Amino acid sequence: MGRRMECKGGMNSPMTGGLTPWALTCSAPLLCALFFLFALAMAQPALAYDLPEEVSESLLSQRINDRQKAIDALAQDYSDEAKAMLEALLGGNLYADRASKTFYIKDATGYLSVATFEPAQTEGLNLRTVGVNNRQRQQLVGVLNARSLRHPDRAVRFAASRALIPAADVDMGLVRELREEESDPGVLSNYDRIVAMDALWDPGSTKEAKLQALKVFGAAFTPEAQELINRAAESDDPEIAAAAEAVKGGMAATASHLQLFETIFFGLSLGSVLVLIGLGLAITFGVMGVINMAHGEMVMLGAYCVWFLQQWMPGSPGLALLLAVPFSFVVAGGVGGLIELGVIRHLYNRPLETLLATFGISLILQQAVRTFIASNNRPVVVPTFLSGQLSIGENFGITTGRLWIIAFCLAVFFLTHLVTSRTRMGLEVRAVTQNREIAKALGVNSSWVDTRTFILGSGVAGMAGVALSQLTNVGPNLGQQYIVDSFMVVVFGGVGNLWGTLLGGLILGMANKFLEPVSGAILAKILILFGIILFIQRHPSGLFPQKGRAAAL
Amino acid sequence: MRALDRPTKAFLGIAFAFTLLVACGSLLPEGSAFGVSRYTLTVLGKYLCLAALALSIDLVWGYMGILSLGHGAFFALGGYAFGMYLMRQIGAKGVYVSELPDFMVFIGWDRLPWYWLGTDMLWYSLILVFLAPGALAFLFGWTAFRSRVSGVYFSIITQAMTYALMLAFLLNNMGFGGNNGFTDFKTILGFDIQSQGMGTTLFVLSALCLIGCYLVCRMICASRLGLVLVAIRDNESRARFAGYRVERVKLAIFTLSAMMAGLAGALYVPQAGIINPSSFMPLFSIEMVICVALGGRGRLYGAVVGAFLVNALRTYLTAQFPNAWLFVFGALFVVVTVFLPRGVSGLAEDLVGWVSRRRNGEATT
Repeated sequence: MGRRMECKGGMNSPMTGGLTPWALTCSAPLLCALFFLFALAMAQPALAYDLPEEVSESLLSQRINDRQKAIDALAQDYSDEAKAMLEALLGGNLYADRASKTFYIKDATGYLSVATFEPAQTEGLNLRTVGVNNRQRQQLVGVLNARSLRHPDRAVRFAASRALIPAADVDMGLVRELREEESDPGVLSNYDRIVAMDALWDPGSTKEAKLQALKVFGAAFTPEAQELINRAAESDDPEIAAAAEAVKGGMAATASHLQLFETIFFGLSLGSVLVLIGLGLAITFGVMGVINMAHGEMVMLGAYCVWFLQQWMPGSPGLALLLAVPFSFVVAGGVGGLIELGVIRHLYNRPLETLLATFGISLILQQAVRTFIASNNRPVVVPTFLSGQLSIGENFGITTGRLWIIAFCLAVFFLTHLVTSRTRMGLEVRAVTQNREIAKALGVNSSWVDTRTFILGSGVAGMAGVALSQLTNVGPNLGQQYIVDSFMVVVFGGVGNLWGTLLGGLILGMANKFLEPVSGAILAKILILFGIILFIQRHPSGLFPQKGRAAAL
Repeated sequence: MRALDRPTKAFLGIAFAFTLLVACGSLLPEGSAFGVSRYTLTVLGKYLCLAALALSIDLVWGYMGILSLGHGAFFALGGYAFGMYLMRQIGAKGVYVSELPDFMVFIGWDRLPWYWLGTDMLWYSLILVFLAPGALAFLFGWTAFRSRVSGVYFSIITQAMTYALMLAFLLNNMGFGGNNGFTDFKTILGFDIQSQGMGTTLFVLSALCLIGCYLVCRMICASRLGLVLVAIRDNESRARFAGYRVERVKLAIFTLSAMMAGLAGALYVPQAGIINPSSFMPLFSIEMVICVALGGRGRLYGAVVGAFLVNALRTYLTAQFPNAWLFVFGALFVVVTVFLPRGVSGLAEDLVGWVSRRRNGEATT
């Protein structure tokens, strides 16, 4: 299957994924998102190719000249299967069995049946190459080259024509011809730019042509043309030089806008990672006033859940990743619950000792992973729906993986927020956060609240680990890398307020990414850390301090 | 003479006897029955320095109730300050045969940065040993205590401080050797650092440093100031209402403690033969805190006992069962905090009290 995983949406490849996420009525946005991902992971195109009668007749014909019909027909067919046929024809890898009128493509591993695009048994068949003559071979080269440029889908045409821009040796005749045929404005603008670059480059072109060319660039950001425009700016002709300078200025402005957008995006994505890992800590710290130093190891356990499930079902890494979300919640939450029952419960009202005890637990968990799993990093597969690029505008792309992490972070945040603000358990959690004694007096079982809070916080940390497994190496030290960061988010955002954690994490992520280009990555981190230390000393209870009597506790 | 209570006298007696025994043993010829090898001498010398660091943590945590997770930073700063002197002592004997330290030649610097000036003089770098950690602790404590950052928050920002410093010292262009730090030391005051005599000298100095720190801490704790410290630990608001300037007391003790840590670091570096940013790791600081917790905080000799116990255990386990060390160490954190809140020394005191009560009880019946 592997080779053709990429052929999505071919002519005869209907989507098989029958799951419609919208049919599922689930109120939690997280679940919705998960099922949508699930449907995406399951949808794989079915591959088959029924050759039209006349094409197969013409390919089977004894006379080479009869092939013309087949080539023309295939040239009009924009499916991936037709492309494979054309390439096979050109390479002499297309074989036919006259008796059964079936076709096979020979590749490195054997024969593929054209009817099913599956490896085929060819024993007992009288296979013969489907030959073409030299003229047809030339035609095939041209057809294959211009295929994507003449593709009926505008997105394919756009991408193909965009890819031509940086190329220096474009066939200008073909470009002009295509430009005549083209109707889509986006694709046309690509051709316009290629023609304009040619005009700027060509020493023989007229002044009018050059000015016209610069006008074209004024409209569109084309970093590939930068050098040509720079050269034009040094032109002897003042009119051309002035026009080129104007274009240069415009492009620089566009570039800085894109840069800003990119920085904001990276900042948001780093910020959501910080929010994800800080969220669980904020819950436990807010309610119980204890710093859980083993929090980072809960994140690590979550990441190992992804690895474990992917090992368990090697065929579908995407599905394993999705299943890892609830699985990691259960595993990390379970371990967290055990820690609370076994250790933290006995250190009631001694927050500094709790910090030390949980640190000991974090060492044990790390060493346990090292001893019982492995001390080096574990491979985690990034499924295809997370590894794509989403292009916004022309020269700017964002990785879908990071986009999903932002979405995942928001989903986890709102789900957690929903739990704390709308459920009975959340009510009790908030009551204990505000005043443990009064809550107990009103009949809240505060130690049971502690346990459940710890399970919730650790579970959320585990889910953060699922997200992190897609970004960094999954190894025993994963949690250690993030523990200081997650503390910073929590103390910066303020205790007992999830919104503070969200805002705090996003601000820190942004600040980091905005400082990075100026100061370098490590110095940016140092500056942020000292910034937070100073901030805490000005505002000891963070961005969103608790108000009223709760603040005194 | 209130400072010289029974545990202090016992500590001084044991410390002097131990130092004398080991120092004399190290001067005996190799292979004799009571001889102490160079390796053992260095290991014991390092324990003494770590014990002094533990002592400085105990002073602020055990007596004043401030848990600093960043004392390793003060220790490392002291170490780096003395390391600068040691690097300058190498002189042109380095690999690149330059007056500059090798790592500076390596990153293409042609002269010393301003903060390295004068570090070739022993007295100046000894001042730096106190000044660098002291100044950091003073600035940090001044801002933190003034705005009444306390409890877990203080612990977390001290951890952030040492983490930030670790990142900073990892940078090559900070001028502190980056990832590799300082190593390959040759001489102190012209004497070979590898010689047996220098080993013994450093060991005795470490012992004197520990004893000195102990006496200073003991004098503070036995004074009125010591009572104020305990008052702050037990109820800060009440101490403040009683008219004490809590912030100033905290700041003074915190700074003093940082200087003690710096001195310990300075003596540690020539014996360990290396100082690098790993000393700034939050893990190291927290390890020292657990030494204090194991030994028993709020007792000065507890910190020393804890440091020796934990580090001896580490030396033994990392050599014999490298995989088991972190399990044992992690379990130590849990067991000590849950079952032994007063540490080994608290347990010992309880035992002594129990035995004497039984004896008295038997005597009366």
